[in-house]
Amino acid sequence: MSAVLDRLERQYQSGSSGIWQIAWRRLKGDRVAMVSLVVVGLFLLTIVLSALGLIARDWDDQVGVSYASPSFLGKVDNTEALSAGAAIPELAVPIDATIVDLRSVDPLADVMPEIEARAKALQSTVNDKAETLPFGGDKWGRDIIAKTIKGAQSSVLVGFAAAFIAVFLGTVLGALAGYHGRWVNDLLEWVYNVFTSIPNLLLILAFAAVFQKRGLLTVIMILGVTGWTGVYRLIRAEYLKHANREYVKAAEAIGASHFRRMFVHILPNVSHIILVNLSLLVVGFIKAEVILSYLGFGVPVEMTSWGTMLQEAQNELVIGKWWQFAAAAFLSMAVLVTAFSLLTDALRDALDPKLK
Amino acid sequence: MTAYLIRRLWQMIPTMLGVMLLVFMLFNTFAGDPAQVLAGKISNKAEIENIRKQLGVDEPYWKQMAIFAKQVVTADFGRSWSTKEPVSEIFAKRIGPSLTIMIPILVIEMFLCVALAMAVAYWRGGLTDRLVMIICTVAMSISFLAYIIAGQYFLGYRTELFPVQGWSDNLLTNLATYAPLPVLLAVLVGLGPGIRFYRSVFLDEISHDYVRTARAKGLPESTVLFKHVLRNAMIPIITNVAMSLPSLIFGAFLLEKFFSIPGLGREVINAVDKSDFPIVKAVTIYLAFATMVFNLLADVLYRVADPRVEFK
Repeated sequence: MSAVLDRLERQYQSGSSGIWQIAWRRLKGDRVAMVSLVVVGLFLLTIVLSALGLIARDWDDQVGVSYASPSFLGKVDNTEALSAGAAIPELAVPIDATIVDLRSVDPLADVMPEIEARAKALQSTVNDKAETLPFGGDKWGRDIIAKTIKGAQSSVLVGFAAAFIAVFLGTVLGALAGYHGRWVNDLLEWVYNVFTSIPNLLLILAFAAVFQKRGLLTVIMILGVTGWTGVYRLIRAEYLKHANREYVKAAEAIGASHFRRMFVHILPNVSHIILVNLSLLVVGFIKAEVILSYLGFGVPVEMTSWGTMLQEAQNELVIGKWWQFAAAAFLSMAVLVTAFSLLTDALRDALDPKLK
Repeated sequence: MTAYLIRRLWQMIPTMLGVMLLVFMLFNTFAGDPAQVLAGKISNKAEIENIRKQLGVDEPYWKQMAIFAKQVVTADFGRSWSTKEPVSEIFAKRIGPSLTIMIPILVIEMFLCVALAMAVAYWRGGLTDRLVMIICTVAMSISFLAYIIAGQYFLGYRTELFPVQGWSDNLLTNLATYAPLPVLLAVLVGLGPGIRFYRSVFLDEISHDYVRTARAKGLPESTVLFKHVLRNAMIPIITNVAMSLPSLIFGAFLLEKFFSIPGLGREVINAVDKSDFPIVKAVTIYLAFATMVFNLLADVLYRVADPRVEFK
């Protein structure tokens, strides 16, 4: 008897589990979701490490010969590296310094042997480039793996930062329109109609035409400012529903301000929608960044992203150098985006209050 | 019906004004002085001065806005800054190639997606369903760029099944030789999201009571799906198609760029690259207008698809 009471009391103390606990429990039961979570986590870990400069810091170094082939292919004919002049043949006729004694006229003659020795040492370091790299090299002999990690850093950073901006704008504007109604709603609905009447990609291009300064921040701002409409729509509908609920009236009765009611009382009740949409937007913006960077409206030339890698890879494919294309398009981007999409699907199902 | 149409058209005016305001703010205030924007792009000083005068850069904003409003109303956006061609002529010349590839894409994609989604919905919950859904998710995760690059390389360059790129003046040659590869790639890319979307629409419909009734009276599953469910799913299908119509005009600009199809999308990308603002402005305004018209069209079509829908 006391044991039962004890258990009941413990249950009572812990309260009923909230939506996040239920969602987490459901997510843990979904094997696909857990694998996706691990994959996304690994990607994010790699990106954080590269942002901190712990890995892939030297991605810009020309560690290999031009178009170094991947190690697993072994040595293949690399005409590009040869024609790039990696090896200049030695002069056939050795110049023997003893034949003509120039000591009397040449002021450098005394130090000549030393100069030659130094030049030789320097040459050997310059020519010391790898013929093969773990996953090959690009035109300048940069390691594709390091480059892909660095590219992931730009693409994913843009995806996340832009998604946060878009979700923030959408949530605040949606909350204002749905909660206040009346003229605030009318005004924001008008802005929404204006933004959605222009096809999204065209709107992005129009912004890109105006903001010519290429940089991560520009891309993030363009995507963020043009991408808030979907979240706005959903959040506005939710706030319309919640604004007249009893708990909001109760909050009003105890003197909570409008701001408090909107963002302290209602916001937690719609946060699951925000999370799912954030996740959807990250995927969309990563794809958009790749296209923008490919077109040259994205990250600046001194940086790399999956989009700029694809742009380089386009011409490399014709001369048979497929590894940069494979690394950027399939091994990194497709894996991350697939994992992220599957995780988003699972998250949406787990957070859906209708599916109990 | 007429009253409804008039009211809807009337409601377009504030939105259109908003689009004009947005475009004006972007290109006339944020973009800064064209003399600076075009520095290094147009070398002729007199030409830049001429452009500044046309825009009324030194005039107050309300006057600039009036110049712009006149351009919108008369649909005359002046001449391209880089090629000096009238914008309306560029538009008329470029829209044909865009439509030549976009109409086949839209039609083929819609029928294929609906048919495949029906099939998946028929085998819902089974292994086929799960497998198709996983393939769709993976296919959606690969960049459109990757499809085009790989498709152009393998199907065009390596196997020579299709020309790598090109365009002619003859509509039939274009449709028969140059359009198939871009159309094939676009349809392939569209299948993933399309099947996923229509499948969820059909599954949503299948859970309704009328489906149970239809099955209870002994109708075969195929009749239930194709006659009852499809008819009821028309509204989301119309919405989806109407939403993709504006991109019909804009074209799949990536396809146009890769396959050097002289369409509107490629024109816009080049214009963005060269800061050729009149073209970008004109396309934005035209497409915003087209989007609004297509949305209205979709709302009218709802009534055709479902007589219960009332015009409010």
